[in-house]
Amino acid sequence: MAFFEVDGLTKRFGGLTAVDDVSFSVDEGQVYTIIGPNGAGKTTIFNLVSLIYAPTAGTVRFRERDLTSLAPHRVASLGIGRTFQNIELFEHATVLQNLLIGRHAHAHRNFMADLFFLPSVRRAELAHREQVEKVIDFLDLQAHRDSLVAGLPYGVRKVVELARALCAQPRLLLLDEPSSGLNVEETDDMAYWIQDIREQLGITVLMVEHDMSLVSRVSDRVLAVNYGRVLAEGTAAEVQSHPDVVAAYLGA
Amino acid sequence: MRFIFKTRYAQDLQVFKHSGSVFWNGLLAVLLVAAPFVVPDYYRTQLVFIFIYSIVGFGLMLLSGFTGQVSIGHAAFLAIGAYAQAILQGLGWPFFLSAPAAMALGAAAGLLIGLPALRLTGIYLAIATLAFGFVVEEVLARWESVTGGNSGLMVPAPRLVLQPMTDPTAFYFLCLACVVAVALAVFNLLRSPTGRAFIAIRDSEISAQSMGVNLAAYKTLSFALSAAITALAGCLYAHQIRFISPEQFTLLQSIEFLLMIAIGGMGSLHGAVLGAIFVISLPELIGAMKDVMPPGLAQQPGLKPLVFGTIMILVVIYEPMGLYGRWLKIRTYFSLFPLYRRGMFQRQKAYTKSERVH
Amino acid sequence: MTDILQLVVAGVAIGCIYALIALGFVLIYKATEVVNFAQGDLMMLGAFVAFTFASIWGLSFWLAFPLAIATMAAFGAAFDRVVLRPIIGQPQVAAVLVTIAAGFVIRGAASMVPGWGTDTHALKAPFSDQVVRAGGVSVSSDHLAIIGLTAALCVVLYVFFKRTRVGIAMQASSQNQLAAYYMGIPVRRINTLIWSISAGVAAFAAVLLAPITFVHANMGFIGLKAFPAAVLGGFGSIPGAIVGGLIIGLVESFAGFYLPEGFKDVAAYVVVLVVLIVRPSGIFAEQRRKKV
Repeated sequence: MAFFEVDGLTKRFGGLTAVDDVSFSVDEGQVYTIIGPNGAGKTTIFNLVSLIYAPTAGTVRFRERDLTSLAPHRVASLGIGRTFQNIELFEHATVLQNLLIGRHAHAHRNFMADLFFLPSVRRAELAHREQVEKVIDFLDLQAHRDSLVAGLPYGVRKVVELARALCAQPRLLLLDEPSSGLNVEETDDMAYWIQDIREQLGITVLMVEHDMSLVSRVSDRVLAVNYGRVLAEGTAAEVQSHPDVVAAYLGA
Repeated sequence: MRFIFKTRYAQDLQVFKHSGSVFWNGLLAVLLVAAPFVVPDYYRTQLVFIFIYSIVGFGLMLLSGFTGQVSIGHAAFLAIGAYAQAILQGLGWPFFLSAPAAMALGAAAGLLIGLPALRLTGIYLAIATLAFGFVVEEVLARWESVTGGNSGLMVPAPRLVLQPMTDPTAFYFLCLACVVAVALAVFNLLRSPTGRAFIAIRDSEISAQSMGVNLAAYKTLSFALSAAITALAGCLYAHQIRFISPEQFTLLQSIEFLLMIAIGGMGSLHGAVLGAIFVISLPELIGAMKDVMPPGLAQQPGLKPLVFGTIMILVVIYEPMGLYGRWLKIRTYFSLFPLYRRGMFQRQKAYTKSERVH
Repeated sequence: MTDILQLVVAGVAIGCIYALIALGFVLIYKATEVVNFAQGDLMMLGAFVAFTFASIWGLSFWLAFPLAIATMAAFGAAFDRVVLRPIIGQPQVAAVLVTIAAGFVIRGAASMVPGWGTDTHALKAPFSDQVVRAGGVSVSSDHLAIIGLTAALCVVLYVFFKRTRVGIAMQASSQNQLAAYYMGIPVRRINTLIWSISAGVAAFAAVLLAPITFVHANMGFIGLKAFPAAVLGGFGSIPGAIVGGLIIGLVESFAGFYLPEGFKDVAAYVVVLVVLIVRPSGIFAEQRRKKV
């Protein structure tokens, strides 16, 4: 019984086959990384898993549940969180508000209660705030709590993006190129955080990554894709030495 | 220089964040309550109009400023509220029944345009709301048996429960109560999950979805709430002007509302009120300008749109944050004096990157 | 049958006017992603300018016509430089608000100019007020002129956009402004050029329309019908604008004849609502996809 399983996943955009019969499975508590050259279809796989795209064929199963027929906004309440490659934060809101929106999957849906700000709403708000503060402590974002996202430097935004995904208390976290645009120190921090996420928070991580040192440092298993197809799968060392992967991506 | 030292999370949820805010708002409340007793009737009437337009502003701000759904047909909801109120009060319904009924009707209309609008964005949404506005205007003009068509409808004096309210001061307080209630309601939305979901939809629909926000449900909700609020303004509007006809609820009126909240400052409640104050005071301003202008110029009917348009253009070029933004800057300047830097409110330039795939 | 033919010709003719105004919108939108709510008012201004040249100054029509187009082209360029350039870098809402406000300003100012004012003026073309008979159908010469000249203009514009570097540069700067800057495309100058072309097209439409509707300060409201036309065809599409305009013109023409009084005005909006519900991006829908 796999925690997260993708079977025969295929996506065609008109004549272009972006993802071609990709299958892999992730066990609970693992850090699973997908690598491959640009345009290989990695982010498309992510978008398929988080139901932003509908697959042309194949299934996505999370904890034995088939996701493919669900509406996109249901993914969060099932326990899947994600970050975006190009940072999709809410620019005109503060960091705190961004993180609180991250709690939406756990929030009540009663707008009438909200209109009157009933005591139950107040209690819920304070509870959400506590959870968000835990994430802020975890990622050291205290200094930026009340800053508007629009004015923050790139490195901080990446962390806010991660924090927002964590606020939803996901079981499975999808990280799309967590270290892109980060310098060496920030990448180091990111590596520690990914390990902490797995060990302290017990969250399974599925990520796309280019930085091979980060990949070998944190990953339990690695999947290499190219042209939408699987090239190799195994531990980081196995995949890095696989001849097809070397030819297509890593170089001799 | 004020520094707010926070010790409890609940402080961030408060309506008034610090003692200064309590003081100034309290002063404003006192002034507004005292106004009808000390101020000439004309200014009391202007204040009532400001209240009514503020309510419209809150409604439109909720939809366009906070949820990012453009609407240039909002006069339609004002009309629906006004006509519903006029007809129901004419049938003898008390205000506590007729106003909620009008709001419900407005909400239904909001759903009517909100549902098909789910798949529309940007200019397509704007045109759909524009078309909707036209259709409503036409329906009002044609349905003569109910609305009196182009000859209009007389509106009876507001009847709260049993007695008609003939005292304009009492009506003033009714409007004041409504505007405070609506302001509080919208403020409550904004500090709770519903309001945050709206803002999320405005800033990034895709990540809002990933966070679990049901786009369709919340967009429709925003339309319905916005329409209901505007319909309430319509109820009060009908009683204030005593006679309504379809030509008061045209596209030009809708556009004026949009410009109103833009001048006031998109994305803030204060902006709606400041915008309303601006629009109501504009004829006064023009009247004052007339004294310094050659007589031929002053009489022109084209002067009001000319001045309105020019100010709007100047605001967009020089103060994109609107009147409220300018006020924030002034206040920050004084509170941080002499440490205020010119670039403090600088925004990042956003270059257009087309999402069209062509 | 002849009734229907006449309705068709009338519909196509008025549709051409809508198409021309819609074309003006779409040109600007394709180049700058700005929706110009003042397009109808630019047309109104063009009509007044032509009126000034032809009636007040007494110039020959065939001199006043190109002169009006040239004047409006210059105005369009000036408008872009003075009003729109300072807001490059602001979110798109800003440009929309500015064009809406500009419409107000143009309307207000036009009604205040001595000699223009709030009166209605006549502006006739030498080919106006004649009736052409063909195959049992009587057609107004104005309508024929509109159809013919619009077709000619479309050919000219097509050649300009497909066969010149400027056209390609315009597409580049509309798709990604920042990248266009980096490639050395003079984005601002291109924007100014597109605005002057668009204003010129508005003036062209104005002179064709004036014999039918006369020249008055509220003439620009016809621009409001052009919006449904542009949206109907799909806002980013030039052929779409033309098709949309023709459809709206035909719908109005037939609605005016077959439906009760007053439905003609609202018919266009009902059509647009229905189309948008079925196809949210118009008939020649533009594809939009945000890459995340």
